[in-house]
Amino acid sequence: MRGWRSAFLALICTTSFSTTSFADEPAQASGSMLDKGMAMFDSGKLLATGGVSNVEGAGGGGLATWALISGYGSRDGIGVNGHFTYINTTDYAMWTEGVAIGLFDRVELSYARQTFDTQKIGGALGLGDGFKIDQDIWGAKVKIIGDAVYDQDSWIPQVAAGVQYKHNDRGFLVNLLGAKSDGTDYYVSATKVFLAQSLLLNATWRETKANEFGLLGFGGGKHDDYSAQFEGSAAYLFTRKFAVGAEFRTKPDNIGVREQDAWDVFAAYFFTKNISVTAAYVDLGNVLVGEQRGEYVSVQVGL
Amino acid sequence: MNFAKLALAVSFTSFAFTGAARADDMLWQDLGGVDAIHKIAVDTADNFLADPRIKATFDNTNMDRFKILLGDQFCVVAGGPCTYTGRNMKDTHKGLHLGNADFNAVVEDLEKAMDKNGVSYATQTRLLARLAPMQHDIVTK
Repeated sequence: MRGWRSAFLALICTTSFSTTSFADEPAQASGSMLDKGMAMFDSGKLLATGGVSNVEGAGGGGLATWALISGYGSRDGIGVNGHFTYINTTDYAMWTEGVAIGLFDRVELSYARQTFDTQKIGGALGLGDGFKIDQDIWGAKVKIIGDAVYDQDSWIPQVAAGVQYKHNDRGFLVNLLGAKSDGTDYYVSATKVFLAQSLLLNATWRETKANEFGLLGFGGGKHDDYSAQFEGSAAYLFTRKFAVGAEFRTKPDNIGVREQDAWDVFAAYFFTKNISVTAAYVDLGNVLVGEQRGEYVSVQVGL
Repeated sequence: MNFAKLALAVSFTSFAFTGAARADDMLWQDLGGVDAIHKIAVDTADNFLADPRIKATFDNTNMDRFKILLGDQFCVVAGGPCTYTGRNMKDTHKGLHLGNADFNAVVEDLEKAMDKNGVSYATQTRLLARLAPMQHDIVTK
């Protein structure tokens, strides 16, 4: 696993490096390997059709994962993007930064680091005010069939399957809760754009052991095995730049702390293919001490 | 008796289909009528020629004829009272080795032309929804 992670990091670094050097030396030595490489970033997809980066760094909405492949690379190209998301709920704060690469509109590789700030609750629980839990999420997604946008003459959605490996850096804490620090989620997503109705619908089936997305570890004394969870999204496109939608995501209660389902309503604005902003009102349900509701803001930049 | 039932079912079904088709066929009017659709086609074709991503594709094209055919095609696809006399999409694009990025460039140029002609987004997507499946015949790369 460590080797795979290093290879993944190297890939991301290489991508960011070549991107940077392109910006510094435009149009030098035409026909060079670098130019050919940069031509791979073809921005060949239509605006908004890569979705945005969701809370786990995968292409999706806010809480839900979609079958769309992140970024604007067409099936002959590559897209890469980075994102920062901040969530402020009743008692906690959480932020995520991550990168995603879309390869040939077929494969998506993503990495995100979540930080969960317990703020005053940490003090109340004896962990100290502002106690933070970090989680790394490594994701891979493959489009299996269909095209969410072009197949307007059929009911078949775009279907993708994915895997997310998650590592929680507070092993001692999640062990105290009866959970483990590492977990792997498996999911299948189906996404369809009903263009004539300006509507996007998504449904995702996820097999997971994660407690609060993994921020409270994986498995627990009440239920220690995988369970099937559901993510649903509906979005209406007011213009090709502006979408408004709602999402729902179920979560298991493995530890026995009355973990509840989450939902959000969101608005996403795509300024260009290089920058988009998502704002949402999110309800994560009860997280240890009460219902957590609040604002969600996410900025995404990409090539 | 059975025949009467069958006839009733057939007439009801065809009535339902006609109703659906008629509602659907309002699109050409929502786009502004036959002349407005041809204006959109002319602007779209002009956008193609100004688009560095795809303009080379039209190097050997008679653009005056192309503009009329494109307008006729949009009009027919939108259910309007026009006749498309051009070749089908598969034959027209054979050997051009167009990629998805090229197809999407065309979509963006059409969107720009519809914006310019004051077509609402909801109407634009109705036309785009009918054109989108042509991707299967046009993109061969």
